[in-house]
Amino acid sequence: MKSARVFYVALMALLLAAPWLGVYPVFAMKLLCFAMFACAFNLLLGYAGMLSFGHAAYFGFSAYVTGWLVTAQAWDSGTGILAGMLVSGALGLVIGVIAIRRQGIYFAMITLALAQLVYFVCLQAPFTGGENGLQGIRRGKVFGIVPLHDDTTMYYVVLVIAVAVFLFIRRVVHSPFGQVLKAIRENEPRAVSLGYKVERYKLVAFVLSAALSGLAGSLKALILGFATLSDVLQSTSGEVILMTLLGGTGTFFGPVVGSSIVVTLQEYLSDRVGAWVTVIIGVIFVACVMLFRRGIVGELLARQARRP
Amino acid sequence: MTSVFGFPIPVILGQLMLGLVNGSFYAMLSLGLAVIFGLLGVVNFAHGAFYMLGAYAAYVALDLFGINYWFALVLAPLAVALLGIVIERLLLRHLYRLDPLYGLLLTFGIALIAEGVLREYFGSSGQSYPVPDLLQGTLNLGFMVLPLYRAWVIVASLTICLTTWFVIERTRLGATLRAATENAQLVQAFGINVPLIVIATYGAGVALAALAGVLSAPVIQVNPQMGSSLVIVVFAVVVIGGMGSILGAIVSGLVLGMVEGATKVIYPEASNIVVFVIMVLVLIWRPAGLFGRNT
Repeated sequence: MKSARVFYVALMALLLAAPWLGVYPVFAMKLLCFAMFACAFNLLLGYAGMLSFGHAAYFGFSAYVTGWLVTAQAWDSGTGILAGMLVSGALGLVIGVIAIRRQGIYFAMITLALAQLVYFVCLQAPFTGGENGLQGIRRGKVFGIVPLHDDTTMYYVVLVIAVAVFLFIRRVVHSPFGQVLKAIRENEPRAVSLGYKVERYKLVAFVLSAALSGLAGSLKALILGFATLSDVLQSTSGEVILMTLLGGTGTFFGPVVGSSIVVTLQEYLSDRVGAWVTVIIGVIFVACVMLFRRGIVGELLARQARRP
Repeated sequence: MTSVFGFPIPVILGQLMLGLVNGSFYAMLSLGLAVIFGLLGVVNFAHGAFYMLGAYAAYVALDLFGINYWFALVLAPLAVALLGIVIERLLLRHLYRLDPLYGLLLTFGIALIAEGVLREYFGSSGQSYPVPDLLQGTLNLGFMVLPLYRAWVIVASLTICLTTWFVIERTRLGATLRAATENAQLVQAFGINVPLIVIATYGAGVALAALAGVLSAPVIQVNPQMGSSLVIVVFAVVVIGGMGSILGAIVSGLVLGMVEGATKVIYPEASNIVVFVIMVLVLIWRPAGLFGRNT
């Protein structure tokens, strides 16, 4: 535990110093954004054992909502982000109520199908800009105080939000609520027999995960200045699964590692290899499932536990 | 002109007919998905990819080797099924004892690989595949002029679906298969080679998907993305029908295709989402699916 604390302190110091270490702030923000997205997803898959195949819906839809509110409606960025998060939480509530009627593999297929429905809504809705998406989203000011035009300032804002999200998820996981989620993951009928209203717990976890994914999506829209259909596409849902799986499902830090690797890889490869990126992502998927299902962090923890 | 709710009947019937063509593809794909899930417990996300590979196999066969449509109809599914069997032996079979979610994730990865490779070689734009000479021309049904090829698709896929249903529900081979689905260990104890049945089933399911791909090649533009969007609709079809039932998969595939066609007349904006909306309604009303057993 002590080594973990040292690690987190060192990581925090590194993140605080990142802009002076020559890290491109937009890239660093993107890393943090997807780390949040993957952690939000892991809350559902890793702790409640629910594989949602449609998390792009919350991520992408709130990117649209925030982008539209801040740019076309001239909302404050802070309220815009909150609104995006609320809307995706509400979307999560609606989809969650329907999807948790089935478990396991069916749950995955239903969330996938409903996310595709959201995709078609985004394609046709009047405020999303159809095939073009929303371009030139303004960053504005957070609550009228902090202007976000400067990349470094925005980086610190995103960092504060990201750390808050990580601490929040940590709190949730270690709370009695989180313990019940784990019980449901391990043995759902048993949790039911113990008198827990399993569906209610699952729904709350689903809504939390959707809202936090939405937060990541809202921030992404402000950071990169655009929201497009690819954010709501099934490939994005697949990527967040891969990030979580690669890093380690159900480990606290795994999704951060996984998302950093995937985002870095995409950033590095996209102009070099073209369509092969999809192939590489697919190969990593296959390798993860076949060779190390515990993920990178999970395998490391398991190795540590084996050591006397 | 006669009409229903202000929509001329010939137009509705025409769209229903075209919807039936799409429904034939849904039926063949969801049938294969249901058969594979029944025995292997794997939701084959790569099903759309195999469908796409079937179409490309036919395209390449014609383009490179001059193999015509009728031979492709047999050869392409065989080739793709062989690929499927290799994947099953090398990868999938190691996952049977694990959480079925891993099978879903593995096949999702395989679908990505297939799609990426083909996009690299053929580009994202579609290739057109000519309608075979024998099926050129049209069929006048009175209310509409149906291209002969589309009529052939409906007839062929119905025949294939019903044959599959017959083999599984009414023959000795099918009885063995169903027994292995219920209790593989017991069937194995009776001296039946269960792994061989598993291979054959997966191969057959994949072949069905590839065959649907070949059938669809002259109707649509053959492109690398054609499978990934279709597979999601097919998942919804399977959720609606309930995965336990062969006939359920066929019927819901056909009916949903027609519903989609009707929606194109009544409210075109919703034609992409109507299947998903129906899925939601079914989940609220009968969570196990229309033909499914409660598990």
